Amino acid sequence: MRWGIRRMHYSVPAGLYAIGQPTHESPVLVTANYKLSFDLLRRELSGKDLWLLVLETFGINVWCAAGKGTFGTAELVSRIQKVELDKVVNHRTIVLPQLGASGVAAHRVRKATGFRVKYGPIRACDLPLFLKNGLKTSEENRRIKFTFRDRLVLTPMELVGAWKISLVVLLLLFILGGLSEQEFSLQGVLSRSLSPGLIYLGALLVGSFITPILLPWIPGRAFSLKGAQLGLLWAFAASITLASAWSVGSIIALFLIVPAIAAYFAMNFTGCSTFTSLSGVQKEMRIAVPVIILSIVTGGVTLVLGKFL
Amino acid sequence: MGLQYLRDVVTLELDRDKCTLCGMCTNVCVHGVLAVDDNGIHILERDACMECGACAMNCPAEAVTVRAGVGCAWAIFRDWFRKQPTANNRQQVVI
Ligand code: SF4
Ligand code: SF4
Repeated sequence: MRWGIRRMHYSVPAGLYAIGQPTHESPVLVTANYKLSFDLLRRELSGKDLWLLVLETFGINVWCAAGKGTFGTAELVSRIQKVELDKVVNHRTIVLPQLGASGVAAHRVRKATGFRVKYGPIRACDLPLFLKNGLKTSEENRRIKFTFRDRLVLTPMELVGAWKISLVVLLLLFILGGLSEQEFSLQGVLSRSLSPGLIYLGALLVGSFITPILLPWIPGRAFSLKGAQLGLLWAFAASITLASAWSVGSIIALFLIVPAIAAYFAMNFTGCSTFTSLSGVQKEMRIAVPVIILSIVTGGVTLVLGKFL
Repeated sequence: MGLQYLRDVVTLELDRDKCTLCGMCTNVCVHGVLAVDDNGIHILERDACMECGACAMNCPAEAVTVRAGVGCAWAIFRDWFRKQPTANNRQQVVI
């Protein structure tokens, strides 16, 4: 989780938990010790009798922890041995969330502990049916969807993540508002930096909120390209409203900078998505980052020159 | 198949000779990239792969390889400014 301010560290102690009245035959589910997933699981599974084996992932959810390797083969094997799972249950099957698979090698776990790993559904809400169907899940529940709602839930994190850089930008715009031949007054500076500030915040909103939620409907594949297109629309809208009285130099700067800002924030949403690959993002960034920097620098120079010439 | 990212960038490779058709890779992949049928194992939707590494990790025959990592611009930025690359470090919230 990236909240920018402080990583949330909500964890529960690792170990074996009983839900309901489990017996030697009850299923064993494995999860991370991220408190929110743990609570969600308990809620979805209430009324059932089973064992919950919680791994030490330092308060990180299954997906992120699997990527880091903390939700991994070594931790799973040692946790199974520590709680002596082979004495607790008679069967030799454990159920892992499918998203944990990038950290766990099922065949190695079996070799080391005798337990067979079954990968369950992606979402906790599909678990009851999975258990009822004798640990079988449908193809459908094995596929990750990146729905409108998923994206909507993730966008606030992007906005929160941008607060530091946004403060710097707003401060810069304020200083730029002070560079004027008119007599200095706080009110004057504030009113001169109001429109640029609003335009910046608009670009932020376009890149880290509007682009992510409209993702499938914006042409192109690269996130930055999607963001730049909407950024261009926003620059155009701003040029006939907030910036209608601006000089030609400032308007040029507007069209150079605003799409670049939107592209930057849109590109940062790759980390929240569930379908971007490392190779893909690297390729996107190799092109997008220089273009974004060049665009912003050129725009900045135009803006400053326009103020003095 | 919904959203797909850039074309022809993914590092996923299959060695069909090593494959024992156990089906594990198709089980763990959340994007349905791999499939086993009468003709053996093959890549169905290469561009849908997000290089999570789950298939390679769980292939007992080591028939699948992929450079696993996270498609996250932030993590890549951090690596640019760091001497040695960080381990696979996801910044996503799914569950
Ligand atoms: S790396 Fe992940 S997304 Fe790609 S084929 Fe393997 S399991 Fe599927
Ligand atoms: S996991 Fe490996 S051996 Fe099993 S079907 Fe996939 S490629 Fe073949």
